[in-house]
Amino acid sequence: MIHSLFLINSSGDIFLEKHWKSVVSRSVCDYFFEAQERATEAENVPPVIPTPHHYLLSVYRHKIFFVAVIQTEVPPLFVIEFLHRVVDTFQDYFGVCSEPVIKDNVVVVYEVLEEMLDNGFPLATESNILKELIKPPTILRTVVNTITGSTNVGDQLPTGQLSVVPWRRTGVKYTNNEAYFDVIEEIDAIIDKSGSPITAEIQGVIDACVKLTGMPDLTLSFMNPRLLDDVSFHPCVRFKRWESERILSFIPPDGNFRLLSYHVSAQNLVAIPVYVKHNISFRDSSSLGRFEITVGPKQTMGKTIEGVIVTSQMPKGVLNMSLTPSQGTHTFDPVTKLPSLKGTVSLQAGASKPDENPTINLQFKIQQLAISGLKVNRLDMYGEKYKPFKGIKYMTKAGKFQVRT
Amino acid sequence: MDCLCVLPFLGEIFELKAELNSDKKEKKKEAVKKVIASMTVGKDVSALFPDVVNCMQTDNLELKKLVYLYLMNYAKSQPDMAIMAVNTFVKDCEDPNPLIRALAVRTMGCIRVDKITEYLCEPLRKCLKDEDPYVRKTAAVCVAKLHDINAQLVEDQGFLDTLKDLISDSNPMVVANAVAALSEIAESHPSSNLLDLNPQSINKLLTALNECTEWGQIFILDCLANYTPKDDREAQSICERVTPRLSHANSAVVLSAVKVLMKFMEMLSKDLDYYGTLLKKLAPPLVTLLSAEPELQYVALRNINLIVQKRPEILKHEMKVFFVKYNDPIYVKLEKLDIMIRLASQANIAQVLAELKEYATEVDVDFVRKAVRAIGRCAIKVEQSAERCVSTLLDLIQTKVNYVVQEAIVVIKDIFRKYPNKYESVIATLCENLDSLDEPEARAAMIWIVGEYAERIDNADELLESFLEGFHDESTQVQLQLLTAIVKLFLKKPTETQELVQQVLSLATQDSDNPDLRDRGYIYWRLLSTDPVAAKEVVLAEKPLISEETDLIEPTLLDELICYIGTLASVYHKPPSTFVEGGRGVVHKSLPPRTASNESVESPETAPAGTASNEQPDVIPTQGDLLGDLLNLDLGPPVSGPPLATSSVQMGAVDLLGGGLDSLIGGPNFVAPPAAAVPANLGAPMGSGLSDLFDLTSGVGTLSGSYVAPKAVWLPAMKAKGLEISGTFTRHVGSISMDLQLTNKALQVMTDFAIQFNRNSFGLAPAAPLQVHAPLSPNQTVEISLPLNTVGSVMKMEPLNNLQVAVKNNIDVFYFSTLYPLHILFVEDGKMDRQMFLATWKDIPNENEAQFQIRECPLNAEAVSSRLQSSNIFTVAKRNVEGQDMLYQSLKLTNGIWVLAELRIQPGNPSFTLSLKCRAPEVSQHVYQAYETILKN
Repeated sequence: MIHSLFLINSSGDIFLEKHWKSVVSRSVCDYFFEAQERATEAENVPPVIPTPHHYLLSVYRHKIFFVAVIQTEVPPLFVIEFLHRVVDTFQDYFGVCSEPVIKDNVVVVYEVLEEMLDNGFPLATESNILKELIKPPTILRTVVNTITGSTNVGDQLPTGQLSVVPWRRTGVKYTNNEAYFDVIEEIDAIIDKSGSPITAEIQGVIDACVKLTGMPDLTLSFMNPRLLDDVSFHPCVRFKRWESERILSFIPPDGNFRLLSYHVSAQNLVAIPVYVKHNISFRDSSSLGRFEITVGPKQTMGKTIEGVIVTSQMPKGVLNMSLTPSQGTHTFDPVTKLPSLKGTVSLQAGASKPDENPTINLQFKIQQLAISGLKVNRLDMYGEKYKPFKGIKYMTKAGKFQVRT
Repeated sequence: MDCLCVLPFLGEIFELKAELNSDKKEKKKEAVKKVIASMTVGKDVSALFPDVVNCMQTDNLELKKLVYLYLMNYAKSQPDMAIMAVNTFVKDCEDPNPLIRALAVRTMGCIRVDKITEYLCEPLRKCLKDEDPYVRKTAAVCVAKLHDINAQLVEDQGFLDTLKDLISDSNPMVVANAVAALSEIAESHPSSNLLDLNPQSINKLLTALNECTEWGQIFILDCLANYTPKDDREAQSICERVTPRLSHANSAVVLSAVKVLMKFMEMLSKDLDYYGTLLKKLAPPLVTLLSAEPELQYVALRNINLIVQKRPEILKHEMKVFFVKYNDPIYVKLEKLDIMIRLASQANIAQVLAELKEYATEVDVDFVRKAVRAIGRCAIKVEQSAERCVSTLLDLIQTKVNYVVQEAIVVIKDIFRKYPNKYESVIATLCENLDSLDEPEARAAMIWIVGEYAERIDNADELLESFLEGFHDESTQVQLQLLTAIVKLFLKKPTETQELVQQVLSLATQDSDNPDLRDRGYIYWRLLSTDPVAAKEVVLAEKPLISEETDLIEPTLLDELICYIGTLASVYHKPPSTFVEGGRGVVHKSLPPRTASNESVESPETAPAGTASNEQPDVIPTQGDLLGDLLNLDLGPPVSGPPLATSSVQMGAVDLLGGGLDSLIGGPNFVAPPAAAVPANLGAPMGSGLSDLFDLTSGVGTLSGSYVAPKAVWLPAMKAKGLEISGTFTRHVGSISMDLQLTNKALQVMTDFAIQFNRNSFGLAPAAPLQVHAPLSPNQTVEISLPLNTVGSVMKMEPLNNLQVAVKNNIDVFYFSTLYPLHILFVEDGKMDRQMFLATWKDIPNENEAQFQIRECPLNAEAVSSRLQSSNIFTVAKRNVEGQDMLYQSLKLTNGIWVLAELRIQPGNPSFTLSLKCRAPEVSQHVYQAYETILKN
């Protein structure tokens, strides 16, 4: 099981260590530093590194490496999933997950980590339960604690810990009962030179923010549930009901959670809501080249596309670019060779040698539209008497959306 | 306190010490917090131990927790002081608040001090039976902790049994933790049968699976994967209950579920509707894993790589999800590329090639290289695409990007070897880039091409000569290749290149310190000077074709790895026994290292020597060795024989090159073709979990055992200082055993029995040591059944079924030999289907047919058939021709040899005629004897 955890910042300092079994010397991280040096970028550090006596499994999030040390055969996904959960918990507790914040709250961090694992076995990872065991620090609570001498460690056994609905605590009370659901879809696509999609898939999630009193039992039904043939659910969703009726039936956790994520694969037709026309060329003879990009909407079902950001990494030989946008702004970073353009641009660039073609990365947002066509039909609540306020929002975003030139 | 003076932050420590001893609770707590904060960043605050422990007795839970945190870290370094804490722990274990009880037992388990663990036993025992499930589940984990510190103590105190009882606990979380703890303990104690799974406990686990936390689900699924269902129906029902886990948000749960399904699927019949449904259900979750964070993707991809090799049909339509995005981390890119090639087929090759070409223009050098290499692999894998691949590679060479060109040349060399005499027109283009090659592998590849096609390249001698100038600066790979290439050139164009060959030979033999190079030089030199014709045969011998299979994982290893999906083993593609420390004693035999055929595919060097070893499987049968036949010709379906024409040439090569190559040919064990490996494993208890599955499925149907001869005296007491051994052989449901009766006819007690077999024709060997539990006192007799397997070393014996046995006891070692009836080797899946039977019968040459008479047998056709069936001789078909009953029968030996039989029975005539056909006719005589014994007893 998970032996130890080291938190390492991008300059290679270990700023926190936690051991759940015997102490592992921090020199074990030297192997990690070696791998880090070899990888050109932080993102490229391999997630599994073998050392003579241990294995180092790491994730890189918020510019921090979370390095878990294991000694025996443990499912690596288990460890990586757990590390992601640690990151999420920190974010949940402190708002952001960054080195200074962790250092400021080192004792709470330590207490939380101790609660999350016992001897390397996960103990309490649901944020609901954790928050009952160890209260997240707030300015108000710190003040109250110093005055009254009370603690931020709960001394009651969290109620959810052993119930059949471990994700929900009992005795939840709100004056305004509300349930919001966000259907967010990201399009991952690779568009080839001629503008036709090579791959296009949709990663969708339904994130919920549920603040309801008591033990509500919700059902959510869709207009077109057939779209969802590849789904992963939050543990609260009753799988049998979905299998037989294609209805999401669940007792929701309290607060924010991801109800389900789904995948609409390449086999189904995925509409690409934008087109990109490009003309990027480098001339051998002169030190000049051309750079022209036009972005426009298509198949957006009448919705507007917002927040369009075009990024493209130029080859090493590019010194500078002078760009003229027809709309919006642009920048060129001479270090990373990244011009970001909004709108239509034409430019000429000094190029010494055209080795490779720059790929264009596109980001955009479309409000009020789920591009897959998914639509929620209705949301019903059972088990409680009051009438909750319900809201559903749709959004489409670009995920890894790239255009080859 | 006395050591304080050495601490660098002395002042700070003193300050904290004062605060810790303060009367104010609040101040105390803040001080402990500061101590913890220093501890977490790695400062040594162990000197404060007594002061911190003093704060332990408090009703403030937070303070208590903080002190516990401190204790866990430093108790080890201050064991005597830690004892001070014991009392508080024991008291806390009785606390009315379950949270505190659990906390105390949890913390105590984390203190790795022997003196403390002694005090832990009683509280732990109570907590394991606590009324509160939260305490029980914490206690379960604590047993694993204690086991890690002091395994003996845990066993003596009977905690393991209590833990096993917890598997039937009413609370799913407790069940999950008990399973997790037991799995961890089992890992360090492979022999102990801790997780004794049976249908009842499986049912409990499956119930708990639905209700416990995601982490618990992982433990339970991993545990389920170790279970072997008794039949396909049980396997299916487990699969049905596991499939909902595929939709879980936690990817580790998904992958563990995939493991269980992949493993149990092995038991399901492919015709089953459910099998198809299951296949369909597996694809979407695997695809979804690829949209997770890159680290998760990486592990998923490594596992998908295995799954794709085992069951390509699952993901064959999902090629596109493996297309590389330009901002994927490099480790994800490389894995995706690998899987793309595995999924490449004629249907999607155009798309794949277009992608690969795109990748070859990217920035990352490693990735570009691998992409170029992938194009070559596609060419070799999908024949129809070869031409397209070659033209793509030529396009890439035109880009003149140095590393792309070099990589392209290396793969084009492989394409030449796969499709000889097809694409040589491109050589001219390749030669243009000669100067830009600076990597050894690319240079070696280019030299190989020049040497191989010397007759078509006008200036081959000039080209090679140019390489020769810097001969000593080249790497060994290039030097060897250059030597061979020039010799080839000389043999093809002897007139103009005499000088050149002299030069290279003297460079290689006289000026080089490298023994490989020198030896090869001498061999060529001698060959060329004594017998140029032989030299030609050796150096210009026809090379074996290379195939795409070279990068596939060996099937047996793959099967083993499938059992390890989701673990580190699946990430490294190695069985855990090879890298996990301390080993999980289940010794999965590591497979023999990849043989020379792989290396020679990657590099053209060692052309003659390499080819000789490549041909290895073919060389041996030509020696007319029965053993070779036994091992090689066991492929049930008729396949065309070995290409004798080429192998005879290779034989020459072997002889000429002398004894040095003998080791390459190796023991005959290596020769067994992989296709036969799985069925040949029957009855071998050492096999992996998967082959066990095979055992079971094939065992169904034949429940009655085969005929057992009465025991005969094998070793008379006279010859063995009073030990008399009699015995017989039995075969029951797939397992062979030797039933022995040992009698002590001496006057002294006999102890320390052991048994060993000499190598024999079918590799029979004891599967377990000879177990004589008590010493054998005078005039006492003991009956033992010794399980046998057929994975021992093989040597042909005369007669074929001769078995030489050595038995040892405290007195001496005794030898005897016995003949075993061949029918103990007839395996349960020896039934051939009709079509196959017909084809095979025709395919075996007539001279292999042997005819025997079975006299005085009063049975009729039905009785004969059923009696033979119980000994695994299966009747494939029955016909009545001119009043005679014709039985067509098949049987298979443990080493995979098929024997086909035709039994003619005339009603009223007690004499039967038996015709046997087999590719290894030596066995016929013994099969006939087996028929005799079975039918007449």
